[in-house]
Amino acid sequence: MFTIGGKTLKSRLFVGTGKLPDYTLISKMYYEAKVEVFTVAVRRIGLNTKHEKSVLEFIPKEAVIMVNTSGATNYKEAIKIAQIGRELTSSDWVKVEIEKDTKYLFPDNYETLKACEILVKEGFKVFPYIYPDLTIAKELEQIGVTAVMPLAAPIGTNKGIGCEVLLKPIIAEVEIPVIIDAGIGRPSHAAQAMELGADAVLINTAIATAKDPLVMALAFSKAVEAGRLAYEIGLLKEYEYAQASSPLDDFIKG
Amino acid sequence: MLDYLQKCFELYFRYEQYVPSYSEALDILAKDYLDKIDLVKLLNVEDEEIIKLMAKKAKRITELNFGKVILLYAPLYIANFCENGCVYCGFFKLRKYPREKLSLEQMEEEMLQIKNEGIDSILLLTGEDRKNSPFAYIKNACKLATKYFSEVSIEVYPLSKEEYEELARIGVIGITIYQETYIKKDYEKLHLFGPKKDYEFRLYTPERALKAGFKTACIGPLLGLSLPKLDVYAAILHADYLMKKYPQAEIAISFPRLRAANTEFKTKHVVSDKEFIKFLLVARLFLPRIGINLSTRERPNLRDALLDICITKISAGSKTTVGGYLGKKEDSQGQFEVEDRRMVTEIIEVIRKKGLRPEFTNWIRGVRPYELL
Repeated sequence: MFTIGGKTLKSRLFVGTGKLPDYTLISKMYYEAKVEVFTVAVRRIGLNTKHEKSVLEFIPKEAVIMVNTSGATNYKEAIKIAQIGRELTSSDWVKVEIEKDTKYLFPDNYETLKACEILVKEGFKVFPYIYPDLTIAKELEQIGVTAVMPLAAPIGTNKGIGCEVLLKPIIAEVEIPVIIDAGIGRPSHAAQAMELGADAVLINTAIATAKDPLVMALAFSKAVEAGRLAYEIGLLKEYEYAQASSPLDDFIKG
Repeated sequence: MLDYLQKCFELYFRYEQYVPSYSEALDILAKDYLDKIDLVKLLNVEDEEIIKLMAKKAKRITELNFGKVILLYAPLYIANFCENGCVYCGFFKLRKYPREKLSLEQMEEEMLQIKNEGIDSILLLTGEDRKNSPFAYIKNACKLATKYFSEVSIEVYPLSKEEYEELARIGVIGITIYQETYIKKDYEKLHLFGPKKDYEFRLYTPERALKAGFKTACIGPLLGLSLPKLDVYAAILHADYLMKKYPQAEIAISFPRLRAANTEFKTKHVVSDKEFIKFLLVARLFLPRIGINLSTRERPNLRDALLDICITKISAGSKTTVGGYLGKKEDSQGQFEVEDRRMVTEIIEVIRKKGLRPEFTNWIRGVRPYELL
């Protein structure tokens, strides 16, 4: 159990919906993999048409919707998208995602900070997607965001925790929750993020493009749980050489 | 762009005959980033086994970048008046047939018809005729379309930057503009008269629109007008150039193949299915993040086969005739012949069978591009 943005959650696995092959997977992930938080891009929220219901219709009522502002290229656009997203979903959780390049989809920390300042004042629970930059993370914390979401590697790359040396200081120095977002490709990566002390992870591509997304969501769910348990109990250190550890220690000490 | 293109052509001709061996092709496919020389080499591949491997990698790249999703859109031809002498086109000025344009009321009826099919992304098209289809007419059509569709794009004659700014301000998101051929001497031969004769003005059109605040640009050659491989190479590098210069924009590419268009024009450069597929795969391998559109010019079975490999957006239920959605006219009056005449419902079923999700909505009603204006 952990509390974030005024909600008490059991699962530390958050899932993105944008790349899913079929929205009916959302409720399956909710009920079977116990995923509670789903991100939804405002730019993908359609109206109900005769061929397809809006993505919102597929999300169980008890689940938490985090709208995201993907497609925004500056803070003004992100704010407007967040406002529309809140209107459409009645959820005040917003992932602020601002990208000025559509090739690598790297977040723009500067615009993100500006958008977050305003959105926090407007009463949103703000979850900024950022480059792992400790200075920005601290500033965001000060202005009152709910959590920070640094990337592990570029979106959609499945490369895992590529930025570990930058993520560790953020996890150590920031008091608000840290959610590792983007680049996590395998359950073992998610476990690694949790072992580092992340509060949650957000996965989209690795689940959505798996042969069976539900099974992959289950695998991630277990990995996240395992990584968290290990973190809480304390990981053992790695050594280059064998470490003496024997019942004789006390005698040797004399 | 012109100088850049010239340099690209020089490089192309240095490797024009270079066919990579099987093992060299594998090495290229193992790379994360391809350079221009790799691009030429891959375009020269004939070995079917290598093309199959290219398809495998292309499929994975597409999934990683775009998910298991296909966007749907519909084109709406609002006017077919045209001042241009493009010898290959159904709207060719000298071709005698009734020229028409839709009134706003007729447009609205057609839009409702398209909307009723569930489509939420629309592409408005005209021929090039500033007298009969003036800018104000296009602007009104766009304004109307933003009432019904979350994503409005245009494929009209090249406009000025100021005109694009006006359209961006009312919420137009995207531009489609085909260079037809990047090979200037052939371009000049194929366009006998009219404003379209200006190769350069057309070449810089996507940039004018992007500078004016458009969010998406779709470019490409019309395959069959000139040397197809060279045109594909140039278009891919044009797209690459746009992506680097306007990184915030979403760039897409399309390789329409010349089809019968009720004209006398017979191409010397027929593109086989194998070549066509290879071109699309190479575009995906070189530009992992590029949108790839596939039109109803292609046959249903080929479209279906490509869907889950490298495509991100397809048109469905397309009519290429002015007034076509209300069934008033014969499609033979269109700009080109539609090969895939399946209804939107049928296309959706195919998409789902492929394990993909049809996506209708690609932008947010009421949010202008960049919110800068």
